[in-house]
Amino acid sequence: MVEETPYVKFTPEMKKTHTILVPMMLPVHFSLIIPFLQDAGYRVEVLTTTHQGVIDEGLKNTHNDICYPCMLVIGQMIDALKSGRYDIEKTALMITQTGGGCRASNYISLLRKALKNSGFGNVPVLSLNISGLEKDSSLQFTLPLLIKTSFALMYGDMLMWLNNQCRPYEKRSGDTKAVLDKWVEGLGRQFHSLDFLHVRKNYREMLADFDGINRDKTPKIKVGIVGEIYMKYAPLGNNCLEEFLIGEGAEPVVSGVMDFLLYCLSNAETDYKLYGILKPGTILAKIGTWYLRKRQRQMIRAITEHGVFVPPTPFSRLTELVEGYIGRGTKMGEGWLLTAEMLELLDSGVNNIVCTQPFGCLPNHIVAKGMIRKIKDRHPYANIMPIDYDPSATRINQENRLKLMLANARLSVKESDVQQTERVGEEAFALR
Amino acid sequence: MAYRLGLDIGSTTLKAVVTDEVGNILYKSYERHMSRVREMALEKLKELGGLLDGMPIKAAITGSAGLGLADSAGVDFVQEVFATAGGVKRLYPKTDVVIELGGEDAKIIFLQGAMEERMNSTCAGGTGAFIDQMASLLNITVDRLDELSLQHTDIYPIASRCGVFAKTDIQPLINQGARKENIAASIYQAVVDQTIAGLAQGRPITGKVLFLGGPLAFSKGLRERFIQTLGLDEADAVFPDIAQYFVALGAAIYADGLEKEYEYQSLLTAFERAAQVHEQVEGLEPLFADRSAYDAFVSRHAKASVEQADIATYCGRAHLGIDAGSTTTKITLIDDSKRILYTYYAPNLGNPLKIVRAQLEEIYRLCGDRITIASSAVTGYGEELIKNAFNIDFGLVETVAHYRAARHFNPEADFIIDIGGQDIKCFEIRDGAVASVMLNEACSSGCGSFIETFAKSLGYPVSEFAALALESRNPVDLGTRCTVFMNSSVKQAQKNGATVADISAGLAISVVKNAIYKVIRARNADELGKHIVVQGGTFLNDAVLRSFEMLMGRNVVRPAIAGLMGAYGAALHAMDHAKAVSTIATAQQVAAFTHQSKFVTCNLCTNHCSLTVNVFENGNKFISGNRCERPVRGVAGRDLPNLYQFKRNHLTSLRGIPGPRGKIGLPLVLNMYENLPFWHAFFTKLGFETVVSGISTRALYAKGQHTIASDTVCYPAKLVHGHMKTLEEQGVKTVFYPCMTYNFDEGSSDNCFHCPVVAYYPESVNANMTFESGMRLLYPYLSLNHPKQFAKKIHAYMNEQFGGISKREVNAAVKAGYQAYHAYKKAVADEGKRALEYAQKNGLKTIVLAGRPYHIDPEINHGIDQLISTLGFVLVCEDSVAELGKYKRVNVLNQWTYHARMYRAATLTATLPDTQLVQLVSFGCGIDAVTSDEVRDLLRSAGKLYTQIKIDEINNLGAVKIRLRSLLAAMEDKNKDEKEESTRG
Repeated sequence: MVEETPYVKFTPEMKKTHTILVPMMLPVHFSLIIPFLQDAGYRVEVLTTTHQGVIDEGLKNTHNDICYPCMLVIGQMIDALKSGRYDIEKTALMITQTGGGCRASNYISLLRKALKNSGFGNVPVLSLNISGLEKDSSLQFTLPLLIKTSFALMYGDMLMWLNNQCRPYEKRSGDTKAVLDKWVEGLGRQFHSLDFLHVRKNYREMLADFDGINRDKTPKIKVGIVGEIYMKYAPLGNNCLEEFLIGEGAEPVVSGVMDFLLYCLSNAETDYKLYGILKPGTILAKIGTWYLRKRQRQMIRAITEHGVFVPPTPFSRLTELVEGYIGRGTKMGEGWLLTAEMLELLDSGVNNIVCTQPFGCLPNHIVAKGMIRKIKDRHPYANIMPIDYDPSATRINQENRLKLMLANARLSVKESDVQQTERVGEEAFALR
Repeated sequence: MAYRLGLDIGSTTLKAVVTDEVGNILYKSYERHMSRVREMALEKLKELGGLLDGMPIKAAITGSAGLGLADSAGVDFVQEVFATAGGVKRLYPKTDVVIELGGEDAKIIFLQGAMEERMNSTCAGGTGAFIDQMASLLNITVDRLDELSLQHTDIYPIASRCGVFAKTDIQPLINQGARKENIAASIYQAVVDQTIAGLAQGRPITGKVLFLGGPLAFSKGLRERFIQTLGLDEADAVFPDIAQYFVALGAAIYADGLEKEYEYQSLLTAFERAAQVHEQVEGLEPLFADRSAYDAFVSRHAKASVEQADIATYCGRAHLGIDAGSTTTKITLIDDSKRILYTYYAPNLGNPLKIVRAQLEEIYRLCGDRITIASSAVTGYGEELIKNAFNIDFGLVETVAHYRAARHFNPEADFIIDIGGQDIKCFEIRDGAVASVMLNEACSSGCGSFIETFAKSLGYPVSEFAALALESRNPVDLGTRCTVFMNSSVKQAQKNGATVADISAGLAISVVKNAIYKVIRARNADELGKHIVVQGGTFLNDAVLRSFEMLMGRNVVRPAIAGLMGAYGAALHAMDHAKAVSTIATAQQVAAFTHQSKFVTCNLCTNHCSLTVNVFENGNKFISGNRCERPVRGVAGRDLPNLYQFKRNHLTSLRGIPGPRGKIGLPLVLNMYENLPFWHAFFTKLGFETVVSGISTRALYAKGQHTIASDTVCYPAKLVHGHMKTLEEQGVKTVFYPCMTYNFDEGSSDNCFHCPVVAYYPESVNANMTFESGMRLLYPYLSLNHPKQFAKKIHAYMNEQFGGISKREVNAAVKAGYQAYHAYKKAVADEGKRALEYAQKNGLKTIVLAGRPYHIDPEINHGIDQLISTLGFVLVCEDSVAELGKYKRVNVLNQWTYHARMYRAATLTATLPDTQLVQLVSFGCGIDAVTSDEVRDLLRSAGKLYTQIKIDEINNLGAVKIRLRSLLAAMEDKNKDEKEESTRG
C-alpha cells in the first residue's frame, strides 16, 4: 500500500543553513525580489541555466505528457542539484503554486516525486503561493514581505514595460540595458530601507532615465506576447522570444504580471457571483484587488503624465474588453485573462500577437486557440500566431511561423502607408 | 530588365523557377534534395548558368530548409506561406481559399475577407512525406498508389490526427487483406480529413479553391478526395499546371519587388560561399570513439548466437514458428534440440498470406520425406489470419512468444525490450512470468520502419544508412516526441549542414530515447533489471543497439536472431506443447491454397464495424475488423456483467417527454455523460422535452470536424462539435450545455474540480460554431455541488432565458434532478457490487476499466469494453466501485473528482483477488500525466499489474488486444504459480 510520501518540510531553522534555489521566470522582477528575501533571512539563488541537461533531466524525471513548463522547471532544479555546485544537505527548492484547477497546482507534488526518485528525497521544497496551500512548508509571507513583494512586482512591471519600449529603438546598443541594470541595482538597495516607498519619485526618475536614452524615432512593428505565464515570460521556455523579436526589428509588447495577480484575486469574487460560494479568502481577495488596482493606476498615471511612453491598460479595462467573448468564470490556468490580453492588444493598436503555449496546454485549447476565431471575426486585421513549445519542437519551426507573422505585419504596415487596402499584396509584389 | 530567380527549398525537395521581367516562366524544376541542401542549390545555380549568365538577376529564397542558405549567401528570404499568398493574389486574384500540401507541411490560406494563413501545428505534420511512407508500406510507388486509389469501392475510416496514427490504422487493413485500391483511397481521405480538421478551424472552405504543392500536383486520387469532401464544383476547384513549382514562383514574384540585382558570377560566388559553411551545432557524442571500440562491440555481441543444423541433411521432427508482424513476416523451423533449420525474414509487402504460403511450399520442398513438421505456432498481428488459413496448431500472444525466446538466451532475463517495425514492446519479468507489458502509444510509434522509410527517402538502403551512423562524429540531436517531430528536427539539421551519417546516428539515438523515455520511462538501468535482452529487427541496426547501451550505461544481450525472436519463441512454444500430429496444412493443401476477401459492414450493432471476410480454400472463414464476437458467432458471447454497457443502457433509455415549454437539446458529451440523469429529470419536470444527441459515431464526428479550434485537444472534446450539429439537424432550437468549474465533492479529494476542457468546452463551441438554423446555445456557469445556491442561480437563469418560471416549479425540478442523479449513482454502484459478486461466485476474472464518465461512449473507447467481455472478464467501471475503495491520500494534489474515483478504484483493486485495473487515457489528456503514475504506484505496491491504454480517433484495437491478452496470460500464470505453491505448501 502506498502511504502518503512523507516529504521533507522546510523548517524555520533551515533559513539559517539552506540555500534556496528558484527557477527563473521573470528576469527583472526576480532580481528585485531576491535582495529583500535575503534580508528576511531566505538565502535565495535564481537558476538561470539553459543547457541541454536541463531538458534531459526534465524528460527523465517527469511524465512525458506533462506540460513543458513543469518539465523545464523540474529539469532545471534536478540538473542544478546534480551539478555539484550546491551542498545537497544545505539546499532547498522553491516553486510557485497557483491552486486552481489546472495541472500547474501539481508541479510541487511532481517535483517532490522527482526528487525522491532521483535520490534527492531529503531536499526540502517550499511552496510559494498566496492561496494558503502547504502552510507548513512555504515561504512565510509576513505583511512587510507581502508589501515589499507587491512593490517589487510593480517596479518590475514598470521596468520591463519601459525596457521593451526602448531596447528596440536604442541607437547605441547596450544603452537601455545600462539604464535597466542601474535601476535593478538601485531598487534592490532601496528595499533594504523604506526608500522603495517613494513610488512617485522613483517613477519620475525612471521615466526620465529611459527617456534619456538616445532612440531612433521611426516606429517599429509592435508584437504582443501573450500566453501561459511561464511561456510568456521565461526566456528558457520561449526560446528567448523577446530577443528574437527585437532582432527581427520588432518591438515586443509584454504586459505585466500585476494583471495575472489581479486575475487570480478576482476569481474568488467571480465564484461568489456565479455559484454563491463564499470562502474565507473572498474578503481578503477583495482587499488585495483594491490595493493592487490602486498601485496599477498609480503607475499608469505616472507614465501618462510623463507623456512619452505608452502606458499599460488598467485591469478594469481588461474585464470590460472580454465581455461578449468568454465568461469570466473560466478561471483555470490563465483563463479569461489570456483572451482579454489579446483583446487589449488589439484595442491599443497592437495587431500582431504571438500566443505562446506549452504543447497540449489544457486551458489554452479554450481560452487561446479556442477564442482566435471569434476575435478574428470582430477584428479582421488581427494577426495572431499561436506557437506551441515543447522539448522536441524545433526552433526553426517556431521561427518560421514567427517570420510569417512578421511578414504579414510588415505587409499591413505598407498597405496602410499607401492607403490602398483593397489591392492587398500588390505593393510587396511590385506591379509588373 | 532583369530575370527573376525563385528557389523553394522544402523539407524534401528543391524547386527552382526563373522568369523573365514580365513573368514568363523560362525554367522550372522540382527535385528531391536528399538532405544536400546547400550543394544542390549550388549545382542548380551552375546548371542555370547558360540561362542566367550575362543577365541581371533578382533572387529570393523560400522554404523551411532554405533559411540557413539564404542567411549564408546573403540572399533575400521570404517566408513560404507569404510567398504563396503573394503569388496567388497576383496570378489567381479570384481565389477564395488556397490549400497547399508540401512534403511535411499543410497550409490553408483564406484570401477573401479577413486574410488568414494557417500552417499545420507541429503535431499534425506529414502529408507528402506521409503519403510516401504509406506507399512504401504498401510496397508500391506513389504513382501506383494514385492509380489504385482511383479504382476504390470503399473508404475505410483511418485516423486523421497525424500520420503516425493513420499508419496504425492502415497496417491492420493491409494485414487483413483489404483491397489495396480501397486502402489507397482511404490514405488520401485521411490526408484530406487531417487538413480540414487541423486547419479549417471553424472557417468554411468554400468558393474558388486553389490547390498547390507537389502531392496535389501529382495525385489525381488526392484531388478527387478533396473535391468530394469539400463538395466543390469542377469550376471551383483549380489545379494549376504549375502547382508543384508555385511557391518557387511566388518567391520569384517576390524578388520582383526587391531592389537588389545580382550578376550571375556574384550570385554564384555567394552560393559557393554558402555551400562551404558548415555551422557547428551542439551534436551528441559519437557512437564509437574509435575502430577498436567498434570491434570489441561486434565480438561481444557475436556470442549470443543459436546453433544451426542443416535442413538438407537433418532427419526427424521439426517445429515451425511464424511471427506475422505488422510490417515483416518471420519464420523459423527448429529441430528437437532447438537448433535452427531454416529462417526467413522479409517485409510482408502488405500480403502476409501470400508470403507464408510461398514459404510453406519452400519449407515442404526442403523437408522432403526426411523431416516432418510435428507442431506449429503463430504469433503477431496476423496471428488469427494465418492460423485460420493454414490450420496452425497454436496461436499465442506476442509477449509470451518473445519471453519464451529470450529465456532461451538468458534464463535469468528480467527485462526484454523489442523494437520492431512499428512498435516497441517491453516486458518486465518477475518470478518467471511477464509481470508488466509496456507498449508504445500510437503517438510515439514509428520506430523501426521510420528509420527504413527515412533511409529510402534519402536514397540509401537501410543497411548502408545504418552503417554510416557508426562513422558519425557528431550525431544530431533529433528530439524524442514522435516521428513527425523528428522530421522537422532533421529539417533543422539539414539547415545546419549536418551529414547523412550524423542524421542516421541521430535517428538511431532518437529511437532509443523514445523507447527509454516514453515507453519504459526509466531513469536508470537499475530500474529495468540486471539481465536485459534486446531484440526485434530494429536492434539488428548496430547504431540502435549501441545507442541503447550508451544511454543505459549497461551492456545487454542481443541475440543474433534478434529479428526472429517472435518466430523462434513460437517454434519453442510449439515444441513445448507438441501433440502427436500437427494440424498444419499439408504440402498439397498449401499448393492448392486460395483465398478470397471481401469487405462488408457489420450491422449487428451500432458500432457498424468494417469487416474483412476472408474465405480460404480449406473452408475456414476468417473475419477481421470486428470489435466483438457477434459477427463471428452470430450472437453476443456470454452475457457477462459489463458496467459500461449498463451505463450506456441507462443513459440511452432517458427519453424526452413532450411538454408545454418545447424542446431542449442536451449534447451527450463530457460533463453531460455524468449529469444527464440530472438535467433530463430537471428539464422534464419543468415541462421541456429533452432531445439527447445520443451515442457518438464516426459520421457524427465528421459533421463537426471543420469547426474544431485546437487540433491537439482530446477526442472526447472534438466530438462535441458533431453532437451540436446533430442536435441542429434534429430541429432543436435551444441547446443546454453548462460550463462547470466544480464537480460534486464526493469527499475523496482535496478539491472537486473538473478538468479545464470538461469545465469550459462550451465556450469553445460558442466561439467556433455558427448555426444556420439559429439554434441557441445556453451555457451558464453552474455548480451542482451546492444545491441551495444552485436552486437560486438556476431559477434566476431560467427566468432570464425563458421567463415565467416560478420559484416553486424550479425548486421541484431541482429536487427531481438531484433525486434522479443520486438514483443513477446508486444504480451504478449496486450494479458494480453485483458484478463483483458475480465474478466471485463464478470464479471469473474482473477488470476495472478506469476512465472518465464519457469513456463509455463506444466511439471514444472503440469497443474496448466489449473486447474485454469477449475475453471472458467481468467488467466494472471506476465510479461503480469507487465507494468500495478506501480513500487514501495520494502523492499529488488530488483535485479532480473524476480522477479521485480512479484512485479509490485502484485502492479497491489492490485488495481484490483475480482483479486488475486497466486505465483508459485519452490522447492529449494532460491530467492523466499526473494521475497515471499515481494509479500505477497504488497498484504496483499491492503487487498488481498496471495497464494503460491510450485512446484517440484511432480505430485499431490490435495493440489493445495484445495487452489485454498478455494481461490475461500473466493472471493465469500467476494463478498457476499460486496453485502450485499451495499444493507444495
